[in-house]
Amino acid sequence: MSGKFFEEFSQDFSKNLWGAPQPLLQVEGLSKFYGARRGCADVSFDLWPGEVMGIVGESGSGKTTLLNCLAGHLAPDTGRVLFDTRAHGMQDTVTMSEPERRMLGRTDWAFVHQHASDGLRMNVSAGGNVGERLMAVGARNYGDIRERATDWLGRVEISGDRIDDRPTAFSGGMRQRLQIARNLVTGPRLVFMDEPTGGLDVSVQARLLDLLRGLVREMGLSAIIVTHDLAVVRLLADRLMVMKDGQVVENGLTDQVLDDPQHGYTQLLVSSVLQV
Amino acid sequence: MTTQTAEAGQSAYNFAYLDEQTKRMIRRAILKGLAVPGYQVPFASREMPMPYGWGTGGVQVSAATLTPEDCFKVIDQGADDTTNAVSIRKFFERTAQVETTTRTGEATVIQTRHRIPEEPLREDQVLVYQVPIPEPLRFLEPSEVETRKMHALEEYGLMHVKLYEDIARHGAISTAYAYPVKVEGRYVMDPSPIPKFDNPKLEMAAIQLFGAGREQRIYALPPYTQVVSLDFEDHPFDPSKAEHPCDLCGAEDSYLDEVITDDAGSRMFVCSDTDYCLARRDAGHEGAQGARA
Amino acid sequence: MIQIENLSKTFTLHNQGGAEIPVLTGASFSVAPGDCVALTGPSGAGKSTLMRLIYGNYRAASGHIRIGQLDVAQAAPRQIIALRRETLGYVSQFLRVVPRVPTREVVAEPLLALGTPREEAIARAEALLARLNLPERLWSLSPTTFSGGEQQRVNIARGFVHAYPALLLDEPTASLDAGNREVVLSLVEEAKARGAAIIGIFHDEAARDRLCDRQVDVGVFTPARAA
Repeated sequence: MSGKFFEEFSQDFSKNLWGAPQPLLQVEGLSKFYGARRGCADVSFDLWPGEVMGIVGESGSGKTTLLNCLAGHLAPDTGRVLFDTRAHGMQDTVTMSEPERRMLGRTDWAFVHQHASDGLRMNVSAGGNVGERLMAVGARNYGDIRERATDWLGRVEISGDRIDDRPTAFSGGMRQRLQIARNLVTGPRLVFMDEPTGGLDVSVQARLLDLLRGLVREMGLSAIIVTHDLAVVRLLADRLMVMKDGQVVENGLTDQVLDDPQHGYTQLLVSSVLQV
Repeated sequence: MTTQTAEAGQSAYNFAYLDEQTKRMIRRAILKGLAVPGYQVPFASREMPMPYGWGTGGVQVSAATLTPEDCFKVIDQGADDTTNAVSIRKFFERTAQVETTTRTGEATVIQTRHRIPEEPLREDQVLVYQVPIPEPLRFLEPSEVETRKMHALEEYGLMHVKLYEDIARHGAISTAYAYPVKVEGRYVMDPSPIPKFDNPKLEMAAIQLFGAGREQRIYALPPYTQVVSLDFEDHPFDPSKAEHPCDLCGAEDSYLDEVITDDAGSRMFVCSDTDYCLARRDAGHEGAQGARA
Repeated sequence: MIQIENLSKTFTLHNQGGAEIPVLTGASFSVAPGDCVALTGPSGAGKSTLMRLIYGNYRAASGHIRIGQLDVAQAAPRQIIALRRETLGYVSQFLRVVPRVPTREVVAEPLLALGTPREEAIARAEALLARLNLPERLWSLSPTTFSGGEQQRVNIARGFVHAYPALLLDEPTASLDAGNREVVLSLVEEAKARGAAIIGIFHDEAARDRLCDRQVDVGVFTPARAA
């Protein structure tokens, strides 16, 4: 029995994760310079459906530049960012037209900002914030929009009776959860996160991490998370990319990179973390 | 004082106050606006001898539109006799020596602030709107760069967010004026602060021109352009008005102003379109308090 | 099921003058389905290092670690993740969880990751926690505040909640009382009976003798230390 059991598993293995035929995102030789200064240089990697990748590094290491290039907020100087679009398969998002890229930005992609006020409309109610992406893709039934907004507020643990309150009346943790609901309501496949737990109290961070883990698992999301917090990537990310001075110095399985770092810089980074 | 100044004006001013180059520039903007209905065309708005907010945009569009043969009418909230309407009418009497009228049917160019006349307009008429804020997306997106991009890419989800907020807050779409419309299925447009009651009239035979002086934008609707008021399936657009006939002329189909008549709170409803009301009374119609008035 | 071939591991400490510390060399052995192999050897011989290499937690310097058809020493991260999700379980001595997540969720997580319906996953987690005598009042609390023995049982429950075809056990009976020790031993026996290939570190000799078919002395693979 065991042998057969295992053969089935092995066959599964020869296919890709979740049986996906190809990566969701392929990054090839991506570079961005600010004048003579290097933002990020020659970054290449594949992200597969359902994978969560962390990018760590100190301030100025180029991780946020990289994220913004990937998400289409910055135009890279060289390189390709291929995304497996629903309609036309692999497309280079760097060269695609701006309307197409912006359409991706409000359907298949999501971007969670460090500061919720950058990712929310602070003068619009929680329900309106969540509903905006739905209305942007053509939802025109108020009742349906409200129902889905209520559902999503529940999923991010915001009580339904807060639906008409503005984010200005919310705590930092609630705002961040609202931002996540606003982003995930259209069922994106790739989520970019820039320090999603930065600036939150430790106890609030834990709740948010748990929430994100659950959502990533349930929705089969792929995610790229930029952070300087190694504890966050250990808990959230399957894979880890370590950046220094705009370049990737190490790349691999998260716990492998953290527990058996190969590069001197990673060793320094890991050994510099205060133990609790 | 009057005769001399008027004569001095005749010789000192170019026709309709603006110089020919400026009028040409404005006409180009108007033509572009007519070619791309609902699209906000930037133009180099001039300083006018009146403050912003008094209709400098509308006045410039009127100046570029008027010919010596035109008959000009100005209304402010439907009335020909308010300060703003009288001033603008006098301004063009003096600088363009055009004929003026208060009769909607007689006018060839009508400049309006916040109303569309009740009497249907004809193909040989031009309606010029004074616009305070031309950008319908401004309410939620303060960045001009971003709103222009949103228009270019037809990203209008935000417009419905505004209506959603209305319903969430008030149980119904409470936007009662400057109610956003979509033009020919393409551009979302602010029809200027006309009451939503007037929105269905935006599909008309006359040319409609919109001028925003401070914001330096001109946009336009050619005759018979499709203009659809935005709404939700389950909260459809409703061009409602006060459930009341006009107390002077008895009209039940016109937009009404509510007038408080004494300290006890007595009130009456009267047509906001003064010419329409007067014409009806001249024709013998009478409202509840018509005899007294 | 598990085949280790000529496996070596060296740590290079870049921030300490590039010191190279060889910890394992030429390790070779295999474990068949239904077999339990004990790793033995003195402290510091590299038992835990070997376990971590097999789990993919440490990167091999050379050699092969074949689990089924996947060579962990060469595999891409996502292949290792799939391996861990579906095939290879690991009961470590340390519990690492998101704070504030209830114990029953922590235990059910491996099943949820496999797509098991939530109710079923929670039910199986609770059954296992009950079997390991973890008081029910603790199930809704986060294990981060538990005692060592309680955390150990949560770890074991996580490792056994899914029927992994291959299991790594690092001191599974440490800090357990006699009754719970017996529960764990029978869990391991059941895993063996269903055909799991198991590698374990047991300081508990009686447990080792009862469960293990063979012993592998890791000391043999320890390189001669440079002075």
